[in-house]
Amino acid sequence: MKGLLRYAITRILLTIPMLFILLTIVFLVLRVMPGDPVSAMLGAHAPEKVIEQKKEELGLNKPIIVQYVNYLGQLARFDLGNSMVLKQRVSKPILEKLPATIELTLWGLFFTLLIGIPLGAYAANKRRTGRDFTIRLYGNIAYCIPVYWMGLMLQLIFGVWLKWLPVSGRTNPRMLSSAFSKTGFYLIDTLLAGNIRAFGDVAVHLLLPSLTLGIVLSGIFVRLTRANMLDVLKSDYILAARARGVSEKLVVYKHGLKNAFIPILTMLGLQFAMLLAGAVLTETTFSWPGMGRLLMERIYLRDYPTVQGVIVVFALMVSVISLLVDLLYAAIDPRVKY
Amino acid sequence: MEQPILEVKNLSIDYPISIGTVEAVRDVSFSLKEGESLGFVGESGCGKSTLGLSLLQLLRPPGQIVAGEMYYYGKDLLKMKAEEVRKLRGNNIAMVFQNPLTSLDPLYSIEDQFFETLKEHEPKITREEAAERAGKVLEDLSIDKDRLYEYPHQLSGGMRQRIMIGLGLILDPDLLIADEPTTSLDVIVEAGFIDLLARLKKEYNISLILISHNLGLVAEIADRIAVMYGGKLMEVGNAEDIFARPMHPYTEGLIGCVPNIKMDQEKLVSMPGSPPDLVNPPSGCRFSPRCPKVMDICTEKEPPLKTHKDGRQVACWLHDEAN
Repeated sequence: MKGLLRYAITRILLTIPMLFILLTIVFLVLRVMPGDPVSAMLGAHAPEKVIEQKKEELGLNKPIIVQYVNYLGQLARFDLGNSMVLKQRVSKPILEKLPATIELTLWGLFFTLLIGIPLGAYAANKRRTGRDFTIRLYGNIAYCIPVYWMGLMLQLIFGVWLKWLPVSGRTNPRMLSSAFSKTGFYLIDTLLAGNIRAFGDVAVHLLLPSLTLGIVLSGIFVRLTRANMLDVLKSDYILAARARGVSEKLVVYKHGLKNAFIPILTMLGLQFAMLLAGAVLTETTFSWPGMGRLLMERIYLRDYPTVQGVIVVFALMVSVISLLVDLLYAAIDPRVKY
Repeated sequence: MEQPILEVKNLSIDYPISIGTVEAVRDVSFSLKEGESLGFVGESGCGKSTLGLSLLQLLRPPGQIVAGEMYYYGKDLLKMKAEEVRKLRGNNIAMVFQNPLTSLDPLYSIEDQFFETLKEHEPKITREEAAERAGKVLEDLSIDKDRLYEYPHQLSGGMRQRIMIGLGLILDPDLLIADEPTTSLDVIVEAGFIDLLARLKKEYNISLILISHNLGLVAEIADRIAVMYGGKLMEVGNAEDIFARPMHPYTEGLIGCVPNIKMDQEKLVSMPGSPPDLVNPPSGCRFSPRCPKVMDICTEKEPPLKTHKDGRQVACWLHDEAN
């Protein structure tokens, strides 16, 4: 347990240099990019004097190195700073939008695993049959499809043609009520408020975007699960378990799937960054008011501090997930000790 | 005459692969009496492991039994339903494999794997009862019963092999099939393991099929020896007789290959040639291309397995009365 704690602390400390490098890159790229917050706000035809005045106000007239050091100084005090285009703290929109993105990614992850792992395991069990072939084909196609195209297609089929599911937003605007204000996680908020109708509405809105993410990312998990299951099912302990009269169901799912799950877990940690990237695009397609849309909007406005802030939060999420994955190894595999 | 525990008649096993069909086992017949131990010997790829796996219907795909019959106490094994075969595995016929290091699931404790095995055959058993029974078996195997709660990676290779035996014995089977049980153990551990196997055989009153390429090992435990070559039985007989008076040139060759510490040998003897291609087996006797005593008839006609007066069976034209 002590080793575990030390390991976790080391990992958390290691995220600091990673964040530092990432931020340096983002900081420089934003300023090298054509355009700046002042011309984005005032337009190209504003008088020179006004532009200069605004730049001074925002500190953009100082040398980049000075801006950079100032920014790092702020961050060291856990302060993400003020937006350059709106009169607000950077943390305000982030805290508002973060639950929406977490809700979307977690359900996206849920569908990824719900589709990917059973399909892969089933295909491995039915190796070289028509069903196996069909599932592998699905895996390849899902892996190749761009996430925004998938989103558009699902919107077209389930929203426009079949009219079963809403195609944008987190909830019906007419549902707006006190039910959504506690945690920002609408599924939890509506449950806490005991508002079943609102809960249903939120769930229905969540379905298409998270399914979009789930389907696209399930491709790689189908293939990975299938390949690992085939490997594991060939191993000696599977044969030995069968020879002891252990039933096929236990052999395949208790011994087979659990052993095959270890590399899947590794992939899960790696793919989480992809999931966030996919969420940015999916949020745009589905007008989902999350971090991804915030990021896109503020990139257009060249709102440097907010863009940097969003990136910091994304990076922290990826680090937390990869730490959780490492801790899960120890829970699943008795050979792993920290 | 009492009913044999196991009777196999004219068993043939194929592996259809892309370049043809591997005739892994051909026309093998034998029977095993209660309490008897039978050793199968032969080089790698002679079909002995395939034979062992087929008895529990655990052939890896694409392997399949293409002909023959198998009876366990007179019950036709090949006509049983999958669930009946599953219940037979472990409970009546147990099997121990060659790789103790990889034959235990690394993610579950020893106790869990014992409990699972018991639970699958005796659904009402509690965890405590299972642990108690497993503990007793471990003590028989000279393993401390606290080890039950450890994971496979915490145990040595010899211990894991003994635990595999324990998992085989926990349901008190009548027949134990041991497939190259000592291959990955060093000689000291191997010697101990053989003594253990001989002792357990008596204590648990089981019949034994021992599969090995190691003639010396088989000789120490087996009452009878069956020599296999290229998927076929070459010679079957009492262990002592076979060693004292091998009749088949292949058996002679195998015995000649065992180094003897009492003789003043300068070189290790080895048999020239390599095991036959089982996709296109040699015509006539499968051993004829390597046989030092080959005759014209050997490459033309396959010798039948003939029973001689002391019960010895040999498939060789040298010992054909008609010849």
